[in-house]
Amino acid sequence: MNIHEYQAKEIFQKYNVPTPRGYVAHSVEEAVSNAEKLGGSIWVVKAQIHAGGRGLGGGVKLARSLEEVKTLSSEILGMTLVTHQTGPEGKLVQKIYIEEGVDIADELYLGVVLDRAQEMPVIMASLEGGMEIENVAHDSPEKIIKVAVDPSIGFQPFHGRALAFGLGLQKEEINNFIKFASALYTVYMENDVEMIEINPLVKTKSGNFVALDGKVGFDDNALYRHPEIEAMRDLSEENPAEREASNFGLSYVKLDGNVGCMVNGAGLAMGTMDTINYMGGFPANFLDVGGGANAQTVAKGFEIILRDPNVKSIFVNIFGGIVRCDRIANGILEATKLVDVHVPVIVRLDGTNAPEAAEILRNANIKNIITATDLGDGARKAVAAAKGELV
Amino acid sequence: MSILVNKDTKVIVQGFTGKEGSFHAEQCIAYGTKIVGGVTPGKGGTTHLDKPVFNTVKDAVVTTGATVSMIFVPPAFVADAVMEAADACIELAVIITEGAPVKDMQKAKAYAVKKNMKTIGPNCPGIITAEECKIGIMPGMIFKKGEVGLISKSGTLTYEGANQVCKEGFGISTAVGIGGDPIIGLSYKQLLPLFEADPETKAIVMIGEIGGDLEIQAAHFIKEHIKKPVVAFIAGQSAPKGKRMGHAGAIISGSAGTAAEKMEALAKAGVHVVQSPAEIGKKVAEVLKK
Repeated sequence: MNIHEYQAKEIFQKYNVPTPRGYVAHSVEEAVSNAEKLGGSIWVVKAQIHAGGRGLGGGVKLARSLEEVKTLSSEILGMTLVTHQTGPEGKLVQKIYIEEGVDIADELYLGVVLDRAQEMPVIMASLEGGMEIENVAHDSPEKIIKVAVDPSIGFQPFHGRALAFGLGLQKEEINNFIKFASALYTVYMENDVEMIEINPLVKTKSGNFVALDGKVGFDDNALYRHPEIEAMRDLSEENPAEREASNFGLSYVKLDGNVGCMVNGAGLAMGTMDTINYMGGFPANFLDVGGGANAQTVAKGFEIILRDPNVKSIFVNIFGGIVRCDRIANGILEATKLVDVHVPVIVRLDGTNAPEAAEILRNANIKNIITATDLGDGARKAVAAAKGELV
Repeated sequence: MSILVNKDTKVIVQGFTGKEGSFHAEQCIAYGTKIVGGVTPGKGGTTHLDKPVFNTVKDAVVTTGATVSMIFVPPAFVADAVMEAADACIELAVIITEGAPVKDMQKAKAYAVKKNMKTIGPNCPGIITAEECKIGIMPGMIFKKGEVGLISKSGTLTYEGANQVCKEGFGISTAVGIGGDPIIGLSYKQLLPLFEADPETKAIVMIGEIGGDLEIQAAHFIKEHIKKPVVAFIAGQSAPKGKRMGHAGAIISGSAGTAAEKMEALAKAGVHVVQSPAEIGKKVAEVLKK
């Protein structure tokens, strides 16, 4: 689960990770009164959406008067912000953050993420602040200082020194940085964080460090023990179809192709998409119906897949292990009564009770349902059907 | 021969009397697995499925001589269960539970390593030595005994791969579902040498997916140490960046963890890489008939 910048900063402040002062606003009036409350003569108006690249997309602007705060806020609130992370459709800005200006000497990068190979958190720091860290990692990996922290000893001053000296920091900056990194590590550990990125991390002219931005993602599996974080969930930032699917125990991701897929198991679901590609077609979605597939979930799956007007055929690919294929076959028949399935459905059922399932589908003799013998056969037929080449 | 488990392996079940634990323990017993008891705190001294129930793993180990534990406890209690197993000198814990917090698994895995306990999973179908011992939730009937070792992050692709291998007239020695979470127990790199040393295994199928770099590490290892032919498939070639594809670990972050990158590394290591899982069986047959 991801949260907004202003929410990340609320958490940072609780752990003494320095941030500029700021307040979230839902209207232009609120934005102006926030600016007045902050005082000073420079404010930053920042669009709050769950995507990076807001600055380049025109969602972050500097205001030098209250009048400008008003103008910029009315421009940004309600705009559809398109960045490299939002996709071409962009995201509607419903909240903005009004923040005090910061005197910037340098822009750095600081992040904490799980290192899957070492199986412990790794803190990453770089002088290349403001850049996409993936690009820095790709083009000049030597510019990223990485320090793994074994949670059994926790963050120690030597971890901090390795980062600070690695970055070439000087004198009092070193201790300020170590304090900052230590506090950030605590945020990571105590909140079941999946990843934190501060980009940019600002070094001020006085040698202090301030989180100018904050991106935090949490481990969904651990949200049950952090109700205060769960409460930060912004449903309007999540894809409605994906959310609806997850309410029914389905895992759905929309893609750009025209062959809908309904599969059990995440690996087989990806493998099915790959096979559709391999056969010259384009998958319209990823959909894992999970282990407990029944008529209701299958019907919901059809409904969600068919809402996408691009879909020209659907490939149902189930390898029944614990799930019995005859139950799935009945589920499919049941589902066709609940949902108007107007495109060809290619069904491949293998594993437990597959022969019984084939029998059920044959006897039902529904025009739009075409059976397939194996994964390759099913994918081939689904691709042909999407092209209108299957008779 | 086989790897890690066989017909003599004594297994206990943690979370024995729960719905999932009961159902699958019964299936395992029917398959022939030597389930010698189970652990459910508070139910010690009773019997379940005609097997003794213990309050602690230590009691179960002392009484039954079990060396392997199959873990079905709910996600919030998985780390505790794994650490209890390690503390009781269990040699291998097979963690089926889905949805365990990553931080918990990090801690439990570190302790397991310290105690020399091997782990498989979490969020995995388990391990099966065909026609001898099934410790997990896979459908036993598709695994015919044979000469192919299988390692897979994905449950259903394990079944798909095994089924194709058997339909081609070959069989499975041992199949291990290692799970697709960010922190997992035994991985390709630890399992490949076991298959290399197993005289029954003649070829290895390796099924990976996007995210992380375990497949890349495996590629380097295969190049140096594995002589037996390896057939590999990486799921998620058509997955978009930054989107989680079901498994918590299956996400491409930046340019790392893509299927293309993994397939290239494996091909360079001499692995027979197939582009679709539908080709696994055929490729294994081709390799074994050489």
